[in-house]
Amino acid sequence: MRIGSAKDSYAADQALFDSRTQWAWVGVLTVSLVVFPFVAGDYWLYLACLVAINIASACGLNILTGYTGLVSLGQAAFMGLGAYTVAVLENRLGTPFLLNLLAGGGVAMLGGVLVGLPSLRVKGLYLAIATIAASVLAHFLFANLTITGGAAGLSVPPAEFFGVALDTSFRLYWLIVPVTALLLIGAANLFRTRIGRAFIAIRDRDISAEVLGIPLLRYKLLSFAVSSFYAGLAGGMWAYFFRVVTPESFPLIMSIFFLAAIIVGGMGTILGSILGAVFMTLVPEVLKLVVGWLPLANATLVLSPVRTIVFGALIVGFLLFEPHGLAEVWRRTRRFFHLWPFRT
Amino acid sequence: MNGFDWLYFFEVSLAGIGAGGLYALTGLAFVIIYKATRVVNLAIGEMLMLSAYIFFAFTAGMQLPAWAAIALTVAASALLGAGFERLLIRPMLGESPISTFMVTVGLASILVGVVELVWTADPRRLPEFMPGGAVMIGQAFVAPKVFYAFLVTAVLIALVLGVFRFWRGGVALRATASDQAAAYSMGIDVPKVFSLSWTLAAAIAAVAGILVGAIGGISSSMGVFGLSVLVVVIVGGLDSIVGALVGGLLIGLIESWAAAYLGGEYKLLATFCVLVLILLVRPYGLFGTHEIERL
Repeated sequence: MRIGSAKDSYAADQALFDSRTQWAWVGVLTVSLVVFPFVAGDYWLYLACLVAINIASACGLNILTGYTGLVSLGQAAFMGLGAYTVAVLENRLGTPFLLNLLAGGGVAMLGGVLVGLPSLRVKGLYLAIATIAASVLAHFLFANLTITGGAAGLSVPPAEFFGVALDTSFRLYWLIVPVTALLLIGAANLFRTRIGRAFIAIRDRDISAEVLGIPLLRYKLLSFAVSSFYAGLAGGMWAYFFRVVTPESFPLIMSIFFLAAIIVGGMGTILGSILGAVFMTLVPEVLKLVVGWLPLANATLVLSPVRTIVFGALIVGFLLFEPHGLAEVWRRTRRFFHLWPFRT
Repeated sequence: MNGFDWLYFFEVSLAGIGAGGLYALTGLAFVIIYKATRVVNLAIGEMLMLSAYIFFAFTAGMQLPAWAAIALTVAASALLGAGFERLLIRPMLGESPISTFMVTVGLASILVGVVELVWTADPRRLPEFMPGGAVMIGQAFVAPKVFYAFLVTAVLIALVLGVFRFWRGGVALRATASDQAAAYSMGIDVPKVFSLSWTLAAAIAAVAGILVGAIGGISSSMGVFGLSVLVVVIVGGLDSIVGALVGGLLIGLIESWAAAYLGGEYKLLATFCVLVLILLVRPYGLFGTHEIERL
């Protein structure tokens, strides 16, 4: 039983992890992340990389939508910008992959700022639809510029790290998971600074935030920039992971997927981005298993529509019954164990 | 303008107006829901698609005559619309508009899945039920289906406008739209108006779905039509019926011109460029009400 925790300094109160128990769990998590690739099979490593990429992008979207309150349906387009930047740099210049990733993030960031520009004049759903416009424009550019290889897209050579080609899931794991971990720690720390608090103030009521002296346009653009930087990095990792980038790789449904992930996980929490991305990435895999078990004649034919239905039902179900998402479920569970044997 | 083919331009424009009529009709369904309930219904394209498939089931599956199938489809869709409102939208009352918007996104996904599960993802053709003779306006040729679809659309839009103007339910709808609290205190059953708006919109979407399906065939990706409709209502203003009509025709024309003179892949691009322009110049659309916010 661990009821409450006494804090006797501001530093303790502000700490990311505030108790020994939590530090212990962080240690366990780190060790298991390090051990995981040595014990897991190829399929699980593949999933782990995919999940990590999705976590990075979902976390970016959560900064924009969950924390700043600006709904965006353009996350996939920003990922596309990052992925194409990486692909073009890798093909044309052959620059080192870390530089490419950062450049991908940077280009996506520019795109994000550009898309964010109308955000001072329009908000809410108008903005959401303006971001759909951005993704349509991005798709058009990807499909019609010569540098992006048109409809056929570009293939990406594997990233190289001191002469070792990162061409298997096992090797890529050591690139993708640390980058994602860094991004997550960065996001968690962002909300302990004045910038992060300004984002939250804008979400809660943008007019009051402006009255309090927060320059709205600057912070909204900043939020777009950070969010699309995350998306760009995620897109870059995506490009190295799948090694081919086409205009069809980043459809509108992918943006909806990320929005769904943060709804399911929990808007405005870092943990929510992680849980949501893990959950939404793994559900289709679980479905594949379940549909495989069912005695159906045409299981593969049924799979895709069932997936679409479950995807929609998850969005609707969480919004109706658990609007704060899995993060809230997790919080309740934790509370239960903290207070046990008392009733919560 | 030497060598500019005016006849071709005229024909392209007519086709654009024909398509625009369907956009306007679907935009109308969208605006009715938004006006009464403040819900942005992203699933409008998918509701339209579902109706087209229901019509397909009645005509091709059960071999009903077209007029009976149309009536049954409209009734079934209206029922479904009321059901969606009751099951999914009503519990979201008082939640943020974004959450409700996402519920309709989920609904759209469910509808696509259901249609693919029942009818598979392969495109189908609806049986012919419109007169097929070529239609000439002046010297210009208009595809007969587009022409008759436009006629039906125009009649239906006039009907809906009349309903809004004179029928008690329509008046209640307008009253709720302009001030919910006041409507409540005047004895209008606001929840009933909510479900009425969804029923009406679903019925209109059903007709639009049948017409769109008759012209271009039906497939589970028909919901993309809804994306253009979204542009239409944003350009016209989310809460303006006139806006939906003007925006529909405008977007129809622009898409048609872009497709004819630049190529098919420019269609969506052109509409979204117009959208961005309008958003920058008039953020609340051409005819939308500008909401003034105070602390």
